[in-house]
Amino acid sequence: MTDSPAVEARGLVKHFTSRKSVTKAVDGIDLSIGEGSVFGLLGPNGAGKTTVVRMLATLLRPDAGTASVLGHDVVHDADAVRSAVGLTGQYASVDEDLTGTENLIMLARLYGFAPAAARRRVQGLLEAFDLADAGSRQVKTYSGGMHRRIDLAASLVLAPRVLFLDEPTTGLDPRSRNQVWDIVRVLVDDGATVLLTTQYLDEADQLADRIAVVDHGRTIAEGTSSDLKRSVGEGAVHLRVAEVTDRTRAAEITERVLGTEVTYDSDPHAIAARVPDDGADAVPRLLPALTEAGISVPEFTLGQPSLDEVFLALTGQPVPDDEEPAPEHGTRSRETTEVPR
Amino acid sequence: MTVTTLRDAVALTDRPTRPSALGTTLTFGWRALLKIKHVPEQLFDVLVSPVIFTLMFTYLFGGALAGSTQAYVQFLLPGILVQTILFVTIYTGYTLNNDISKGVFDRFRSLPIWRPSPVVGALLGDTVRYTIASVITIALGLLLGFRPEGGLAGVVLGVLLLLVFAFALSWTFIILGLLVRSPNAVMGISMLVLMPLTFASNVFVDPATMPSGLRAFVEVNPVTHLVTAERSLMAGSPDTSAILWVLVASVVLTAVLGPIAMRIYRTKT
Repeated sequence: MTDSPAVEARGLVKHFTSRKSVTKAVDGIDLSIGEGSVFGLLGPNGAGKTTVVRMLATLLRPDAGTASVLGHDVVHDADAVRSAVGLTGQYASVDEDLTGTENLIMLARLYGFAPAAARRRVQGLLEAFDLADAGSRQVKTYSGGMHRRIDLAASLVLAPRVLFLDEPTTGLDPRSRNQVWDIVRVLVDDGATVLLTTQYLDEADQLADRIAVVDHGRTIAEGTSSDLKRSVGEGAVHLRVAEVTDRTRAAEITERVLGTEVTYDSDPHAIAARVPDDGADAVPRLLPALTEAGISVPEFTLGQPSLDEVFLALTGQPVPDDEEPAPEHGTRSRETTEVPR
Repeated sequence: MTVTTLRDAVALTDRPTRPSALGTTLTFGWRALLKIKHVPEQLFDVLVSPVIFTLMFTYLFGGALAGSTQAYVQFLLPGILVQTILFVTIYTGYTLNNDISKGVFDRFRSLPIWRPSPVVGALLGDTVRYTIASVITIALGLLLGFRPEGGLAGVVLGVLLLLVFAFALSWTFIILGLLVRSPNAVMGISMLVLMPLTFASNVFVDPATMPSGLRAFVEVNPVTHLVTAERSLMAGSPDTSAILWVLVASVVLTAVLGPIAMRIYRTKT
């Protein structure tokens, strides 16, 4: 049991056909997630992450390929998968008209808890998720962070051994995001297997043991977070010049010192450059070189590569601007989120 | 939030056994009642439209059509009851569509439960709404002078028959709710279908004076059969063929549309 993966997928394919075109939402994805580990699916909106999760959670039937969770096939043994998996995401929400307590009691009853046991279970979960005081309020009055916590609590009612978290922190403020991360870490410590989808490299970096970068329904890179970062270089330099007219000169100096190409931001003061694999030593020389040339640089940051940069490095193209959002879910509009630097 | 409370809260020693189909269905029925409690506005249409329709038609047409409002309400009330309940069935599709667009639907579909229970449970909850609407319409009728010859038994049987038919008809709106993009579109399409069905029937007038083409439509219109059955039950002289027709239609609707609806429900993307 321990050496076979908790979640396994081979050649998963899902195409959505509309009147005019076929969207290859998922176009042949393989996954193997070891028991007790965290696997991150990283990619922009419309990359097919949600579609993968929906197939693994038995909500969508794959057009081709096979997948299993704890050895149960997601198509032929769907009920066994449903008993083993907890699901939290942009979909799989709770009922906003009901109170937090009512939502959880309903789920507990649906999982087969007797009334008294359901109440005890729900009370414990609400307290643990800092929602005890809000339990008697309708979920629609909750803040974004509380909403995400009740979603998480809802997926834990049956203490699932496998947890699918679809963009668990998209749209959350940093404090709420950290709370969600803390919860995930505790669950993983206790042996849960987690599949996490995210648009944020740092989230995958913080939580995931292994990361797969997906784009247009395909895996374009897979490895540990350090593997990925190595493929992108040591990081990136972002700087803003005081005078717009200095930007071109600053770019030339940066290219010369770091020996790498510079990208121009939409902000006319700003440029960015990837630090090449062997270029870490050159970074400290950049600022003096700019100052010497008489360029005033009020902002200079050395940061982790952002998802944009990972993408640029892996595909040679910037993150697609949602040019073709996969019809992952009916009519719901999806929030677009700035990729944090 | 501390690590230990979180750990203790999530840990589960006694895993519950899988509940019965009836158990999960009743839980979904309970949810529908909770929604009525939290969103009482949804009852507004249920409460107000029968009152407006009954008052308007009784006083507007009563004198002209039947000689007096008293006599007309005697004829109209079973019909207006049918119209009211048929309009309320639309909400079934509306609520289901709302669940889909809010994401609640996928949570339910990801549970290890008897698959039709969310839908069947919602239908059970809806019968509460139908019952409320029926009680209001009949109470208002009694105030206006409706005196059913069939007595309490006739009225209760009439309402029960109507509930059976409404439950069966709801499958149509469930299918619509699963297929159409937005809750408002469900409303729009359903109204477009129900308006002609309820008006081109014997709800408001005796079809005897209608032109032959229209009369032919009225005579095959299921609403006409339903209204005939209701009138006969409430008048205390049950028209067995009309009642049988309604029961058979209900069984056929459920037997055909139920599985279709569940198929769409299962494969919904």
